[in-house]
Amino acid sequence: MFWASYLLAALAIILAWPAPIALSRAAWPARAPFTAMVLWQSIALAGGLSMIGAMLVWGLEPLGDNLVSASAGFFSILFDDDSAQTLGVIHVFAISAATLLFGHLVFTLALTFVRIRRQRSRHRDMLNLLSSPAADQPATLVISHPAPVAYCLPGGARSVTVMSDGLMDLLSRAELDAVLTHENAHLHQRHHLLLWAFAAWRAALPWLPTSQLAQRSVSELIEMLADDEALRHVDEPTLVRAIAIVGSGALPSPADALDDPLGEEGRSGPVPGASDVSGGAADARSTAHRLRRLLTPLPPLNRIQQGLALSTAGMLLVVPPVLLVAPELLG
Amino acid sequence: MATLGDLERTVMDLLWATPEAMTANRLRDAIAEAPSGEVGRELAVTTVLTVLSRLEKKGLVERERDSRPHRYRSVTSREDHTAELMHEVLVTAPDREAVLARFIGSVTASEAETLRKLLGGS
Repeated sequence: MFWASYLLAALAIILAWPAPIALSRAAWPARAPFTAMVLWQSIALAGGLSMIGAMLVWGLEPLGDNLVSASAGFFSILFDDDSAQTLGVIHVFAISAATLLFGHLVFTLALTFVRIRRQRSRHRDMLNLLSSPAADQPATLVISHPAPVAYCLPGGARSVTVMSDGLMDLLSRAELDAVLTHENAHLHQRHHLLLWAFAAWRAALPWLPTSQLAQRSVSELIEMLADDEALRHVDEPTLVRAIAIVGSGALPSPADALDDPLGEEGRSGPVPGASDVSGGAADARSTAHRLRRLLTPLPPLNRIQQGLALSTAGMLLVVPPVLLVAPELLG
Repeated sequence: MATLGDLERTVMDLLWATPEAMTANRLRDAIAEAPSGEVGRELAVTTVLTVLSRLEKKGLVERERDSRPHRYRSVTSREDHTAELMHEVLVTAPDREAVLARFIGSVTASEAETLRKLLGGS
């Protein structure tokens, strides 16, 4: 069983360092955000599984030549008072580490869920007091604030999109439609679930490059997915103007902005943030990537490239479980 | 039938609109006079007190303890609460640099031209 645990460990290391770094630097995700999103999810899942699996398989090795008989041996030590002589300290350590890591991941996922839900419910409470329904849009609230802000607050049937009257003052009707379609796309495509999973992944293993890169890339990719949805309803120039205005916090004067880039710094408003409460918003870097993607559209990936990326994702999900049971299959 | 949420909203609107502290009795009268149709006109004072204690627990309302009957006031203004709420949404971004400035520092000439046209056309 040793070779399976070494292969799993190698996979865990690849998925923790080189793979996420390569994917986060690649240019193609902007051309196929959905495919890239699938790949990030499989990297995170397969990475976690192979980390835990490597330690488990290695630790259980003395108890049997496959995972099933080894687990049976382990449980008979735990519950039937069988002798633990066969297990060295180091094996017990590996098994404990695998169990702890698994518990830690599940616990952090639950904790993040509770924390986000509490924060959202408090936010919703305050919105109930401070905002009023938009005149002609269902499930849309208007709050009185000068900064141009739009975000969505997920919550099943109670999901709402919130916009400030500062935003309504700055945007034309069509630009406002672009922003609202973008926010509704976040809600319809359940982006908050992705953000939750990757926020938990990062909270659980903050020192791991993959968890930071994954969270940043995923929040950028959901913005691109929502932009693509908005483009089905409004034209490109309208969306670009809306993003530029919301992103800069003010109606940009093109002359100032382009001729004196540093001069812009002082008078710009805040940037909508990737808050836990909202179902997706963007930081400055990802807004720049979104603008570039809309200004210089690149063709989507062709079928072969798409297929290649998706089958890599599929392989990643199949390989760790196969490695876990492979010693048994091979006898 | 108005929900507790609606009542909380009505009470907060009244407290935010009034500079001095109000007793539950005065609040009840003010609600009865208010033109809003959704909240029932004749409320029991106990209902108003229930709403006030909920709002107090949420940290929105404070009670003057030295007066009898107790007088209630809002802790901060509506604008402060809004600013705080928007802060939650706005501030969590890791870098708050001006998006356009940052973007424009890195664009190609043709992208800059396109952007100039788009923004100029608004």
